[in-house]
Amino acid sequence: MELLRLENVTKRFGGLVAVNKVSFTVEKGEAIGIVGPNGSGKTTLYNLINGVYFPDEGRIYFEGQDITELPTHARAPLGMARTFQIPRPFGGATTRENVAVGAMFGHAKASVDEALEIADEYLKLVGIYDKGDVEAARLTPLEKKLMEVARALAMKPKLLLLDEVMAGMNPSDIDQLIELLKRVKEEEDISIVSMVEHLMHAITKFAERVIVMHQGEKLLEGPTMEVLNHPKVVEIYLGKKVV
Amino acid sequence: MKDSLKNLTDVSLLWLLAIIAVMAVIPPITNSITMREDIFLILQYIALAASLNIILGFTGYVSFGHIVYYGIGGYVAFALMYFYGIHLIPAMIAGGIVCAIIAYLLGEAVLRLRGAYFAIATIGINEAVKALVNNLEFLGGSAGLFFNFKIYQNYGGAGNAIWLAYYLMAILAIVVITSNYLIKKSKFGLGLMSIREDEDAAIVLGIDTKKYKSLAYMLSAFFPGMVGAIFFFKNGNIEPVNAFHLLKSIEMIFMVVLGGFGTVTGPFVGSLLYERIRGLLLVNPLFKDLHMAVAGIILLLLILFVPSGVIGYLRDKVAILRRYVE
Ligand SMILES: Nc1ncnc2c1ncn2[C@@H]1O[C@H](COP(=O)(O)OP(=O)(O)O)[C@@H](O)[C@H]1O
Ligand SMILES: [Mg+2]
Repeated sequence: MELLRLENVTKRFGGLVAVNKVSFTVEKGEAIGIVGPNGSGKTTLYNLINGVYFPDEGRIYFEGQDITELPTHARAPLGMARTFQIPRPFGGATTRENVAVGAMFGHAKASVDEALEIADEYLKLVGIYDKGDVEAARLTPLEKKLMEVARALAMKPKLLLLDEVMAGMNPSDIDQLIELLKRVKEEEDISIVSMVEHLMHAITKFAERVIVMHQGEKLLEGPTMEVLNHPKVVEIYLGKKVV
Repeated sequence: MKDSLKNLTDVSLLWLLAIIAVMAVIPPITNSITMREDIFLILQYIALAASLNIILGFTGYVSFGHIVYYGIGGYVAFALMYFYGIHLIPAMIAGGIVCAIIAYLLGEAVLRLRGAYFAIATIGINEAVKALVNNLEFLGGSAGLFFNFKIYQNYGGAGNAIWLAYYLMAILAIVVITSNYLIKKSKFGLGLMSIREDEDAAIVLGIDTKKYKSLAYMLSAFFPGMVGAIFFFKNGNIEPVNAFHLLKSIEMIFMVVLGGFGTVTGPFVGSLLYERIRGLLLVNPLFKDLHMAVAGIILLLLILFVPSGVIGYLRDKVAILRRYVE
């Protein structure tokens, strides 16, 4: 079943076309990778999906509902969650409160007490439960990323958008995170879209399908290994063989 | 609802309310007029600082000209009492409601601004309202309005009227502190916190930031409107320079930052400390006219070195306090 559909979505910043007539769908329970070099429009794509920007052209559907003009804040409760490329913790609040905010305002729509319980559950899951009472501003960069994953999962989303979440992590942390994501994806039937600039290796372990972005356009789409070995992909990554 | 009731019996709120209540009953028990005047001032500070805390401390919007709501509430209530002989209590509530409505309307425009732009816009609002009232003939223009002493006869004489104002201020201080506590502990409060910390992330996480900011701004205007009503009733006259005095705005900010913005106990502690500092400086001939300058220097040092204020600092350093001090 289809969860998300983009139809010919375009976003310009002045003269720059950051996202150019991009169309794709995400099925329920699917794991998708979006790859593309720096500046290819990946983050802008996420910003369009969760309404940080509105597209200049094209339409976006979530569970069949046209959400192209839906206000930003109304999207998370429908079942969307994301992490940010540069983590955005609520620095003055505790880690637990950060995650609880996700549970209260996201699709979970929990009360304060429920949200604090959900927060503990997901802090345990990502392995930073012992940091629950620490101000989020004081977390290490890795912990901030894990906190964002916990906050997004606590929203009980149907669609989880991960923006370079594995960048800067060491290989064993990446493996752990991938295992975790695979598990919650199965258990909670979440569709996960993960975008990466590099780290193709991580994507091969995770994504069933890959979309390649290049200069704001969708260059290719298809089964992971097939796409990543495609000559065009090899070419945009400076002629290096990617996988 | 169940959450709120449970919260109301929390020690970290109860001890605070107990102190305010004990403080408030000292003047009537000792029948001391000087004490009453001192404590009336402190209670007013507490009510104002805790009101400002909702938009400044919880939401992170520096409403610099916040005294405008004290002035508007004061004028609305004063006019209702002066022209129509309406009793203080309904007049006070009307003052608060008018302030909340005006805050809603102005908020539609100014709450789109962030940071310094918002702060400057609120100063502009205060100055504009002051200029407007200065030119309103029926409100007495720059000379303002003076009660005829007969007004107090409805309250059993001026003495009783002043005590009524005193008790109302005590109740109001308790109500504002309690609402601070309930807000802080609620989903609404956590939404406001998210806005303060990162408004753009808050929207993406599903928080209707526009609605939340508007509600916070309305609440933080409602209470000062009532404070102004009580103060000017007791004062017996109201004039634009007193009602819309930017200095009082700065005092409010000072108290919130000194005590610890975004905490519940902070505005209370800030009010007590400010009243002391002000008292000490005012009686000292060297500082008599400089007390705001000294307050300004303290404010600067605080923002540089202890941005979380007294309570924020203590909560941070002494873990056990976190359970008993909100
Ligand atoms: N808010 C913005 N204003 C102007 N240009 C932007 C903005 N956001 C992104 N861009 C531009 O859009 C292009 C795509 O950026 P982005 O989506 O961040 O790419 P990626 O995430 O793939 O690295 C870049 O050229 C970037 O500079
Ligand atoms: Mg990016």
